[in-house]
Amino acid sequence: MSDIAVIDAGGANFGSVCYALERLGARPQIVRDADGLRGMPRVLLPGVGAAAPAMTLLRERGFVEVLPRLEVPLLGICLGMQLLFERSEEGNVACLGLLPGRVRKLQGGPGLRVPHMGWNTLEPVVASPLLAGLDAGAYAYFVHGYAAPVTADCIAACTYGDRFAAMVARGHIAGAQFHPERSAATGARLLDNFLRWSPA
Amino acid sequence: MLSRRLIPCLDVRDGRVVKGVRFRDHVDMGDIVELALRYRDAGADELVFYDITASPQGRSVDCGWVERVARLIDIPFCVAGGIRSVEDARAVLNAGADKVSINTPALERPALIAELADAFGVQCVVVGIDSVREADGEWRVRSHTGSPDAMRAPGKRTLDWIEEAQRLGAGEIVLNCMGSDGVRAGYDIAQLRAARAICQVPLVASGGAGAPEHFAQAFLEADVDAALAASVFHSGAVEIPALKRFLRGQGIEVRL
Repeated sequence: MSDIAVIDAGGANFGSVCYALERLGARPQIVRDADGLRGMPRVLLPGVGAAAPAMTLLRERGFVEVLPRLEVPLLGICLGMQLLFERSEEGNVACLGLLPGRVRKLQGGPGLRVPHMGWNTLEPVVASPLLAGLDAGAYAYFVHGYAAPVTADCIAACTYGDRFAAMVARGHIAGAQFHPERSAATGARLLDNFLRWSPA
Repeated sequence: MLSRRLIPCLDVRDGRVVKGVRFRDHVDMGDIVELALRYRDAGADELVFYDITASPQGRSVDCGWVERVARLIDIPFCVAGGIRSVEDARAVLNAGADKVSINTPALERPALIAELADAFGVQCVVVGIDSVREADGEWRVRSHTGSPDAMRAPGKRTLDWIEEAQRLGAGEIVLNCMGSDGVRAGYDIAQLRAARAICQVPLVASGGAGAPEHFAQAFLEADVDAALAASVFHSGAVEIPALKRFLRGQGIEVRL
């Protein structure tokens, strides 16, 4: 059984994330202030909602100072992944700055409804233990109106009009734009890979 | 590529899944969690649970079964019925639902859409619309549709309401065409096309599915993002795996 801190960043989905971790035999601990991260071997930053209020909440609860000093594996999910970057166009807000890049609004267009909502395919970009067991073209469930660009940290991309980062990894920091807790077998595999991940 | 979604709708009454024809004569279909897991295994892309008695009875959703479903289900699900405030929605979302769908309470107080979008983001906010074609040829909405005796006609044009709901922050529209609901003669393609033309957010077709061809028609002719159905799935008349293979054969992107 592995412990994992799940940060309550005010989003409504941390319950579902915890249930998904429990289904894999992990022991999620909901953490509401930065002190709660002490001694935790892994950290998960979920998030549903908007970037600016989420950053305000993370600042109030001391996470903005502590997360950049974290040495254990950290996984951001959906908005939680976007917050890992330097800035977000959503509310034009400064984010955690753990990964270089700027989160941008998805461009809609004919046949491209925003938010991007539904099951889309993952396009592996760079080999990573986080992608173990996931086939190219595996379906994951996305719901978002903003996305991070495909940078050197992108390990899997997704295409919706433009290409954007579906998964990122750099050192001990990782992120998934889709919702692993709602992505059936694909999502369970990613979470299981993260629970076993020991980045060099 | 983004897949088109197939969404079984489970009408919930007193903690059980039920099904009626044209909103009447409800028949017990089974336990909520058992049916949810069966559809997950069959390849449903999403589930909608519609508490059909909450709104007419003026009460909110019982969050006990929402949490039971959330613990076991690893695909997205939406809860509808009787959500009339940010607090009602928060309880359902905290219990593990991914989205809430509002219908009658949004018609009674449209500002609720904006309040929910501000609190949880547009992606959580689904606006369900029950619509009928009236004698003058216009599509107009119906409210309080959970019980036939309580149903009302607020007089709003369906297409006007779709525009207004989007402006207020609806992240998805479910258009239930009541004339075709429960009779399995196909989705109301004309109405869905008219809605699609003005709907920039994801649009879900509801009401009338009876055969695989009906789903293909909704995707190909009305360009809907998702198709919702109930009785045709509950009865086993259409099996989801075979339906998805059929749709892929028609060149429609689906998750297999």
